[in-house]
Amino acid sequence: MSYIAAIDQGTTSSRCIVFDQSGGIVSVAQREHRQIFPKPGWVEHDASEIWTNVQSVVRDALAHASLSYTDIAAFGITNQRETTVVWDKATGEPVHNAIVWQDTRTDALIKSLGDQNRFRERSGLPLATYFSGPKLRWLLDNVSGLRERAERGEVLFGTMDTWLIWNLTGRHVTDVTNASRTMLMNLETLDWDPELVSAMDVPRSMLPEIRSSSEVYGNYEGVPVASALGDQQAALFGQTCFEAGEGKCTYGTGAFLLINTGDKPVQSANGLLTTVGYKIGDEPAAYALEGAVAVTGALVQWFRDKVGLISSAAEIETLARTVDDNGGAYFVPAFSGLFAPHWRSDARGVIAGLTGYISRGHLARAVLEASAWQTREVVDAMNADSGVDLTTLRVDGGMTANNLLMQFLSDVLDVPVVRPIVAETTCLGAAYAAGLAVGYWSSTDELKANWHKAAEWEPSMEPAARDKGYRKWKKAVERTVGWMDEDDD
Amino acid sequence: MPGPIQSIQRAAEVLKLLAHGGAHQLSVGEISRALDLPKPTVHGILRTLHEVGFVEQPVEGGKYRLGAALFQIGTSYLDGNELRAKALNWSDSLAMRAREAVRIGVLHGKHVLVVHHVFRPDNSRQTLDTGALLPWHATALGKALVAFGEWPDGELRRFTRHTLDEAGLRLALDQALVRDWAYDLHELVEGEASVAAPIRDGRGAVVGAIGVSGPVERLCEAPDQPPRLELVSYVREAARSISRELGGLSW
Repeated sequence: MSYIAAIDQGTTSSRCIVFDQSGGIVSVAQREHRQIFPKPGWVEHDASEIWTNVQSVVRDALAHASLSYTDIAAFGITNQRETTVVWDKATGEPVHNAIVWQDTRTDALIKSLGDQNRFRERSGLPLATYFSGPKLRWLLDNVSGLRERAERGEVLFGTMDTWLIWNLTGRHVTDVTNASRTMLMNLETLDWDPELVSAMDVPRSMLPEIRSSSEVYGNYEGVPVASALGDQQAALFGQTCFEAGEGKCTYGTGAFLLINTGDKPVQSANGLLTTVGYKIGDEPAAYALEGAVAVTGALVQWFRDKVGLISSAAEIETLARTVDDNGGAYFVPAFSGLFAPHWRSDARGVIAGLTGYISRGHLARAVLEASAWQTREVVDAMNADSGVDLTTLRVDGGMTANNLLMQFLSDVLDVPVVRPIVAETTCLGAAYAAGLAVGYWSSTDELKANWHKAAEWEPSMEPAARDKGYRKWKKAVERTVGWMDEDDD
Repeated sequence: MPGPIQSIQRAAEVLKLLAHGGAHQLSVGEISRALDLPKPTVHGILRTLHEVGFVEQPVEGGKYRLGAALFQIGTSYLDGNELRAKALNWSDSLAMRAREAVRIGVLHGKHVLVVHHVFRPDNSRQTLDTGALLPWHATALGKALVAFGEWPDGELRRFTRHTLDEAGLRLALDQALVRDWAYDLHELVEGEASVAAPIRDGRGAVVGAIGVSGPVERLCEAPDQPPRLELVSYVREAARSISRELGGLSW
């Protein structure tokens, strides 16, 4: 019996999950890496540490289940998106820490590039600090001698998929989903866009080759490395959203709602991103609309690590259940500005509605409710763009273990919320794409048959309470924007 | 207000000293010297702590170490939400392999509190019953928990003609203790069966149980037979994986 091993290189940790043919989890290994905060708004990772961790979790996951490399039919890769690393082609050493997707250091650069929608038609993305292209440009402008070395072809750029594939197989490639987050790829041609590359002023020669999401890129320890998908696209794949109109929302560090829009990119009028969903081998690419929320699970982690009112992420539910409601408090976690649908990098977080009545239980409620209200905003945008109202929300990710949040989410969306039986859809998606590439699974239909409902939450909130809560939430959001001034770092 | 009780203070000092030693065991003489107390006093304290299970003496007349009862007290409280978060992957996998609904329970008085529920993977209409209370004595979850804990007070209500009486339960618990898993056969609902195994934390204390339940036709070879061993092995594997998760790094 053989298995598929998925490597999930995430924002806070790297994991390896081994799946069997039914999509069941056989083994898991995980290692956290350091979050480096050199200045407010800056977030970095040590790419060498991440590569070391990835090698460890692969070894550990196999060891936990007493497996060897010969038991593995393929490796699949999924990764935190947009995080940018540049390394020396000869030595493989990173020239600088990786700049993480949440990092806002490119704020001034973004402003200097002009209108927010300048690149939207070609890249599907608004100008924002979030994407990789500006981060690469920042490195070229700020690391001494880097631009010259790049022009001499001595250094390579990659997102984390590219960094891992380079280390695993020696090839310098990326997949269409990761490339679609650089702001350098043309959504129609699925290749680097000369105009975008030149507007961002980065040397074409340091960019990786763009490949499909599901094909053999090379081998590691004799095992084919056969998929790469940005984490959110991987979750879309893992939820088997292969038809236009099917979508999901994943709750991790942030929350990401993606809806498959079929083989044509759809432009958003409501602050959503147009992105590539996946591309299987030589088949046409499937596009997606995405509502990206920067901070959901990260707020719970912040509440645990920086405020210290809870000692584990799961305890937030216990604390929140000590009260019946939020007591009137609303927490808008605009820690690195607001993402979809607002795209305001000048916003910073607020807790609104504070009174002497508010206890830590109310704050815990407000922390959880923030994830639900932010989802409501992107669902509204999605409904407006597509002209069709969402009837069920498929969810996944670690936060789906939180029953209080899932019930509240169903309440504020007024639709049933459904969790599939494998909550680890990100890893599952990478495994599925790798398994398809090597013939471990025959077709997407076979994968669809593996999808089963594990839990369902039904809405039970009075419409008046929902409307009032949403109104207050929107007022709280208004209070976050315009906080940053010219002289703020 | 009366002052502190000296013997309790001294007993606490002894326990702290033993806790500092880790796996290292201490003799009466060593404790007496460390705490500057007369040997007979230390001996008296240790004898009492031994009776309530707070210290153990692996060899008769030998050295002392902390006892299992102390760990039970220290770890009997595990946040149910925490347990669910750690168990999520493994309960999903169990539901997939067993093709049955999965529940995770913790003891709550004479009931089992369901802290996690995974639907049977057939996409039929099912309702989430996280937060529900089940009678301990008529469920595999309850038996797996009580076999490693205290017998809860209260009447043993008969739900079917198969619901066990106290004598039957005592036998079933002994069996569960030896096998490390428990089952129920028509005991809560006629025609239904369940099988469960204990979940342990890093120190070996039972903090919950995981199990599957469903119609006897699917779970058992015959209506009067215990659940199939294949199912038992899936349940025990899931319990072991969750236990490993609880003993590992906290994230």
